[in-house]
Formats: sequence, structure tokens, C-alpha cells
Amino acid sequence: MRRPGILGLIGTVSSLLMAGIWLSPLLWAVSTSLKREMQTLATPPTWLPSPATLGAYLDVLQTSALPRWYFNSVFTAGVITVTVLLLGALCAYALSQIQFPGKNVLFWSLLAGFMLPFDAMIVPLFMLMNDLGQVNTFAGIILPQLVVPVVIVIFKQFFDQVPKELRDAAVIDGAGEFRILFSIYLPVNWGITWALAIVTFIGAWNNFFWPFIVVTTNDMMTIPVGITQVKEMYGIAYARTMAVAILAGLPVVVAYLIFQRKVTEGIMATAGLKG
Amino acid sequence: MASHVPAHTRGRQRAWTAKRRRWAAWLTALALVTPFVVVYLMFFLYPAAEVVRLSFTNADISGVGDYVGFANYARLLHDALFWKALRNTGYFVVLTVVPGSALALVFALMVVRLKRLRSFVMASFFLPNILPVSVVTLIWAWLLDPRFGIVNQVLGTSIPWFQDPDWAMPAVALVTVWWVVGFSMLLFIAGLQNVPKEYHEAASIDGASNRQVFRHVTWPLLWPITTLVLTLQLIAQLKIFAQIYLLTRGGPFNSTIVMLQYMYRTAFQQFNAGYASAIAMVLFVIILGTSLFQYYFLRSRGAR
Repeated sequence: MRRPGILGLIGTVSSLLMAGIWLSPLLWAVSTSLKREMQTLATPPTWLPSPATLGAYLDVLQTSALPRWYFNSVFTAGVITVTVLLLGALCAYALSQIQFPGKNVLFWSLLAGFMLPFDAMIVPLFMLMNDLGQVNTFAGIILPQLVVPVVIVIFKQFFDQVPKELRDAAVIDGAGEFRILFSIYLPVNWGITWALAIVTFIGAWNNFFWPFIVVTTNDMMTIPVGITQVKEMYGIAYARTMAVAILAGLPVVVAYLIFQRKVTEGIMATAGLKG
Repeated sequence: MASHVPAHTRGRQRAWTAKRRRWAAWLTALALVTPFVVVYLMFFLYPAAEVVRLSFTNADISGVGDYVGFANYARLLHDALFWKALRNTGYFVVLTVVPGSALALVFALMVVRLKRLRSFVMASFFLPNILPVSVVTLIWAWLLDPRFGIVNQVLGTSIPWFQDPDWAMPAVALVTVWWVVGFSMLLFIAGLQNVPKEYHEAASIDGASNRQVFRHVTWPLLWPITTLVLTLQLIAQLKIFAQIYLLTRGGPFNSTIVMLQYMYRTAFQQFNAGYASAIAMVLFVIILGTSLFQYYFLRSRGAR
């Protein structure tokens, strides 16, 4: 594109300005969290904490169930990620490489599943979990989140593109289908597998609606559900509330900053833009 | 096969092996798909069917109740709060989908022309999207706090954003746009990168201005992505629940009550699962209609 110097500079500056505006709520939250409670209420507001203190962070880590919620979130999101990828890879491999009756029906029912909103099924799903005795359990949080048909569709697209010769050679060597999947099809597709893993993990970590429905006790809450309790707990305590918000968001933000490319790749794939 | 075996036996043997192989393949396939299919049936298709069945009952939240025919749907027609929830959902969609997508396009255009600062600017726009919804609402409840919030302090106002019937919905919409715009931006960036450079160069050589290039080259090529972004956003925002629940609880005076929240309230606070399912069915049909529209709109592109 043509870029006359001065116009280009204006473009760059306005982009940076806009990026700054977009980041400012997060920066303000960080600044608030490093203040003492009294300073958060100052008028006019003081932009930077003086003195900066980690007091709010230490306080919320000691007085709230945040460590417990961390564990619940890491555990459930971890199990969900591994299981979703495993079930997805197995099913996608069968759909991609094996001829069997009912194959087309299965594939089309997966595509149809995209169109049904999970959020609208929450009432019967809660009843089911209640009947199964899984309200306020890890299984209750995890099981409905294992249904991620888009993972299968993406894996299938990638498995379809693996050269047939690789598979034929493995079959001649006497390898079974499981061996072929785990020693050929997954390894040659590590890139997309990682991307899907990170996106699934972030999605499970951030999921609010279902854990909010199926968990009612404090000790079973995940991070996004648990932190909604702190406002009632601390009352007007903005430094601590912001410390909680930042501690809750930090793991996914760090994950994003480290795996930026993979996150983008995973989002593109799940939106149907690649593969 | 040894060569001294008579020809007809060999043929039969081969047919038998082929059959056995096929059976083995079927069994393997069954073993591979079963884990997912079981989960899919139990936790997705079964509840989907149950929503339909429950909507014809007066079941409570434990599922106990009788069939009542179309009574729930008849009640919907005369339920002023339901219509309010439907209207509010529409209002929220209007406030978020097109403005949010337009802003996402602007951000995408900003990002693609950058070189060195590109990943920093892109990350700044995308970062809010990576946060859990309740982190977003905690931060914005503080920013928009009536007394001590920075927004009112900077503007010199004292608007009780989430407690004012006129401001509450636009405020929730603002928070939502801040949260989700990065996602749409990523899709637009991908779309812009797919526009071949030669097109731009050719148009520039022909003396087209930047604006003309965008209007007549980029925009038409970007249209498939635009429809994708708009439909994905439409479906996402029709399902608005958490921001409303966490910021306004549907108030003040039900001025921000939306479909899913009304469903939630009916099922889990008034324990009327039958009626809640009828509300869910309406949302179901609206989203299904949108999805089908998207499916046929974008099918030629090969996107799902």
C-alpha cells in the first residue's frame, strides 16, 4: 500500500493511541490493585499508587478461597482439555480414515450440533446432573464441557490431508489403528493439536454459565464463578477487588502472551477459517 | 497364501479374509467413536430433546410435572416480561453486533498497516477477549462506579451507569464491545491478509486513492468475512447472560432483563422448569434460524 510519510505517521500514532485507550481499563485495574484502600477513594484520583503495595494481593490470597478456586479451575480445565482432544482425535480419525456404516449420519449430526445453543439446554442438563448426583462435583462441571464437536471437524480436516502413503506403509508394517493415530496422525499435526489444546483450555478456564449453574458451594467454584462472591465479601474494597480480578485473569493472559500465535491459529480454525 | 492351494479355495479364503477385515475395521471404528458419541448423546442431544419435551409440561426444577399441551406457549404470548426480555435482547444485539463489528474492522485496518508495533497493538486490542467474563465485569463495575469510578471522575459526572434505566443497557453493551471486539478483529485481519497485494498495487497504479481502493477492492473481497463476523456476533450476543447477571441482575425495574436471564430466573429462582423451557425454545428457534442463514450464506466458501 502507498504510505506517504506524514499520513503513515498519523496512522501509527492513532493506532497506538487507540491501543492505549483499549488497554487503559486493565492498566487502571492494575494501578488500583497496588494501592492502599484509602488511596483508591481519593478525589481527584491519583493515577499511580504511592506507595505501591502488594497488600491487597496478600490479603485476598489469605482471606478468600482463591487458592482453592485456582485448583478447581486448573484441574477441571486440564481434564477437559486432555479429554476433549483425546475423544476428538479418536472420533475424527475414524471419520477420516475408516469406512463404517453410519459414518455420514455421525458427521452430519456433528455439523447440526453447531446450530444448537448449549446455553439454552441448561435446564434439562441441570436436571440430568441432579439425577446423576453430580451437582457440586468435578464430574458435574466437566462432563457437559466435553462436547466440543468443532474439534472433531478440525481434526478430520487435518487428518484428511495426511498423505495416504504414510498410512499404507504403517498398515503393511502391521501397525493397528491406534498405533497409526498416535505415532503418525497426531505427531504430523502437532501444530493444530497444540493450538486446539490452548484454545480449549482457555475456553474451559473462562467458562462461566455452566459452572455457575452446577456449582452452589464455595469450595467447588471455579475462578470465574468464585470471584463473583468477593464483591459481597469485601464490600467497598476496590484495591482487593481489583487484586482478585487480576489474579483471576493472570493465568490466561500469560498463556495468551506466551502462545499468541497458537491462540490466533486455534481461534481461526474454530471459526472455520482454515484447514 | 501358498501356491499349491486349489484356485477355488483361494478365492473363498480371500473373500472370507476381506469380510473379516471389514468387520475388524467396523469394530475399530466403533471403539474409536464410542467415547465421544456417548458423551454427545448424553450431554448434548438428550438435553436438546428434553428442552422440547419439558416445554410442554409444568415440570418443576426436579423434572416432576404433567403435560400441559401448548399452555406454556400460550402464556408466553401474554407475558409482558417475556416480550420485554425479547425486546431487550434485540436492543442489546443492536447496540453490540454492528457497532462492535465495525470497530473490529477499524482495528483490523489499523493493525495490518503496522510493521514493528504490529503484535503489540494487536495484543492490546485482543487482550480483553482472553479474560473471563467475571473479571471483565469486576473491572468495569469499578470503572463505572457512580461515586469513585474513574469514568465519572474524568467526565465530571455522577451517572449511576448500571442503576439508571436509560444508561444500564448501553453501559452493558459498552463493556461487551470492549470485551469481544478483539475476536472479530482477528477474523478481519485474516480476511485482509487474504486480499492479494497485486490487487492493491494494480489499483494504485491506475491512480486510485486509498479510499477508492478500500471501497472497490478490499471491501468486496472482505464481504464473506464480514458476514461471518456478523453472524458469529449475532449468535453470541443473542445468548447474553453473564454480563447482565453480574452487572445489573436485569434491573433496574427489569430494564435490562434478557432472554437467558429470564429463563434462568424462571427455572432456578421460581422453579418453573416447564415455562423456562418454553422460553429456551424461543431462543433455540431464533439461534437455529440465524445458524441456518449463516450456513447457506457461507456454504459456497466452504466455511461451516
